[in-house]
Amino acid sequence: MTTEPRTGGHSTPDPTADALVLPDCGISRRSFVQWLGAGLLISVGAGPALAQRSGGRGGGGARSVSARVHLGQDGRITVLSGKVEMGQGARAELSQAAAEELRLAVGQVTMILADTSVVPDDGTTAGSRTTPATVPAVRQACAAARQLLVELACRRFGVQPGEVVVRDGQIAHAASQRTATYADLAQAGETAKAFERAIPAEIELTPVQAWRVLGTSVPRPNGRDLVMGTHAFPSDVRRPGMLYGKVLRPPSYGARLSSVDLAVAQALPGVVAVRDGEFAGVAAPTSLRAREALAALATTARWEELPQPSSSEIYDYLRQRAQGGVPANPFTAELAAAQQVLRQTYRVPYVQHAPLEPRAAVAEWEGDRLTVWTGTQSPFGYHRELARAFQLSEDNVRVMVPDFGSGFGGKHSGEAAIEAARLARAAGRPVSLTWTRAEEFTWAYFRPAAAIDIEATLDATGRLTSWYFLNLNSGGAAVDTPYRAGAARSRFIASNSPLRQGSYRTLAATANNFARESFMDELALAAGVDPLDFRLAHLEHPRLRAVLEAAAQRFGWRERVTARQPSLGVGLACGTEKGSYVAACAEVTIDSVTQQIAVRRVCEVFECGAILNPANLRAQVQSCIVMGLGPALREEMRFAHGKMLNASFAQYRVPRFSDLPELDLHLLARPDLPAAGGGETPIIAIAPAIANAVAHATGTRVRQMPIRLPEAPTA
Amino acid sequence: MMEATIQFTVNGQRRSVTTDPARPLVEVLREDLQLTGTKVGCGEGQCGSCTVLLNGRTALACQTPVAQADRQTVLTIEGLAAGATLHPIQEAFLAQGALQCGYCTPGMIMGVAGALLDKPQPTAAELRAHLEGHLCRCCGYPRILDALERVAELTRRITP
Ligand code: FES
Ligand code: FES
Repeated sequence: MTTEPRTGGHSTPDPTADALVLPDCGISRRSFVQWLGAGLLISVGAGPALAQRSGGRGGGGARSVSARVHLGQDGRITVLSGKVEMGQGARAELSQAAAEELRLAVGQVTMILADTSVVPDDGTTAGSRTTPATVPAVRQACAAARQLLVELACRRFGVQPGEVVVRDGQIAHAASQRTATYADLAQAGETAKAFERAIPAEIELTPVQAWRVLGTSVPRPNGRDLVMGTHAFPSDVRRPGMLYGKVLRPPSYGARLSSVDLAVAQALPGVVAVRDGEFAGVAAPTSLRAREALAALATTARWEELPQPSSSEIYDYLRQRAQGGVPANPFTAELAAAQQVLRQTYRVPYVQHAPLEPRAAVAEWEGDRLTVWTGTQSPFGYHRELARAFQLSEDNVRVMVPDFGSGFGGKHSGEAAIEAARLARAAGRPVSLTWTRAEEFTWAYFRPAAAIDIEATLDATGRLTSWYFLNLNSGGAAVDTPYRAGAARSRFIASNSPLRQGSYRTLAATANNFARESFMDELALAAGVDPLDFRLAHLEHPRLRAVLEAAAQRFGWRERVTARQPSLGVGLACGTEKGSYVAACAEVTIDSVTQQIAVRRVCEVFECGAILNPANLRAQVQSCIVMGLGPALREEMRFAHGKMLNASFAQYRVPRFSDLPELDLHLLARPDLPAAGGGETPIIAIAPAIANAVAHATGTRVRQMPIRLPEAPTA
Repeated sequence: MMEATIQFTVNGQRRSVTTDPARPLVEVLREDLQLTGTKVGCGEGQCGSCTVLLNGRTALACQTPVAQADRQTVLTIEGLAAGATLHPIQEAFLAQGALQCGYCTPGMIMGVAGALLDKPQPTAAELRAHLEGHLCRCCGYPRILDALERVAELTRRITP
């Protein structure tokens, strides 16, 4: 079944959800409780929210119902989660989860995200874990809350829970024509007590056939604030007396600050300059003054630079530093008996996430208490890190994460908050620090570079008899092959990266799939078999087969792969990661003069179990495909001796409107299966599909990203 | 640094700022006038996040010294809606779900506004051409194109 998105109407935005993370609220946990009601009845659980933490990977953060769900005296429901919203759709999805189990409309739920003084720790917002872990956790808590309310109502009515119906925040006993609203029940003292109960581990959730809110295309709840420009992103937070900060950066990777003279910068009106070990920075009444002060600081700074590698030698560099060396292929018998042996190396460079809103934070001290507003995917991780960095008790730190300008796995760290806090402490005033684009390109962590070696053997019938796969440096995500081989070993081997590296949308699954799916086409060619047939002959997993066959069929693979046209090629690829399945077919054209590759059409089929929000999922899949075109065709960080050479959007070209191919996108719904996240895996098939299409068009196999024909000029 | 007094009309209100005339307009809007709806995605003229209308024409506020706005008229995203009533461009973005993180959204919307002032009944393709300099790192381009279709369609319904 293919679903079409159902676009819902506008939801009425709920100002209260955001009011909490807006700067001028300045509320403490206590006043949060007071603020909630106009009659808050059920307060945050017995202890502070901090005590509720279990550091769960996505869902274990709340133990009592009240740590997750608040019921106001007006019957208003407020739901708390430690997840963040950065454009991936968590706010809508979690609101749907709550509304579904509480039998409410989405607009009747207020969702508070990622304020560490009030929400439970739901772990880092990463790894597509919100859908499979936090959505169920919110559903459990809200189902428990509904059950408690039903029990209380039934006790009042003197009837059994099976005899009542819950709808629109009202519990009704038809036979006696009695009703109780959530607001009615909120008045009773016993309700507050009941909400202190633990969330039962086993609780029946609304079955998928009965969903009214989940499974529908609920739009972003605060979308109205976004189109009006009134939502305060972390870089928009304004506090009274606030200064703007800048940090002195080293001239190259690994350089150490030997000396700096603060005097010149400090002589500028209103400027505070700080040095603390390797850290030096300034804060000033305007950003321009801060830049001037920073420039003054920089002229006095003396650095000790260290030899650093360049991107031109990076793959050798990583190979030489492979931890424990590069192990040899153990499948000696298969190698000896093989009809054909193929061996290739694929390369993937460092790339940047380049979220449109750079790292940003505002820090404010009140004595020993530190409050920061920042865009991080790990609010509690960062909360702990701030407490450590400034030797504060965790209760004296509060991290608030306003919905921020995207992350793509690149904002797990929150260095801007530590920097802003250092400046704010020295200045004795709140400080806002937003990284420049060049800082973001240079000092944020990178998606790791990879060298991937693959060696495989085929027998006389074209069957894979062995498979040996080594990923050097970039990671183990989706390192195992989904294909059947007589013997198989796939490994990730760590190296010593000269650049800071970290996670990126779907981690190393992109690099591993690029290499594996390119190599599968090379094997198919060696075996003299169509790439689709070669894959299907080695593929058992029914869900992966289903997306592959569907994509091939919708694209018209069999006709198109044989109908050869000059300068035009088609390619396909598939893969699985994080419990979801993807296949893509791409059509490319090659400019006969410049040898530039243009992606004209992409057909992608994606399956991630039950679909919680079709429009949002579709947007995520589109986003993955288009974003994936960047590293596939153009993006790569170039550096020489520890200095970035292309740290700007002018020199590091990310996808633009004109790069948009025709998209033919299909979501395979499997309502019979649990929902997996969909914001990452759809990216993994695009690069290999393009590489395979380029090989089909030209006969040239490009074994590196970005995929460029040898004659083509550098982008 | 010499200061100057800049007087201009911002979102229909007369404003006066005494400041270094070399400051980028976007920083004066965001830091002095608390109009943070205009975003800074790059500060280098490469992303369109800081797009405002200067005398009715799109301008990159990160590349415009505030001195250039002296005695001129500036419209930012905050001035587009009429009170609580969204401008049809904002409606179109909202209705088509043409935003993910929403950080590029104000700039995109102001870019469309400038395009409409240029040509009141453009095609969606013409609107798209106007936005070529705008980046959406969430790569929500397909939905943004849907919004442009809707805007183009709305303008065709208006008889001049
Ligand atoms: S911020 Fe002005 S163009 Fe990017
Ligand atoms: S919606 Fe995130 S940058 Fe466009």
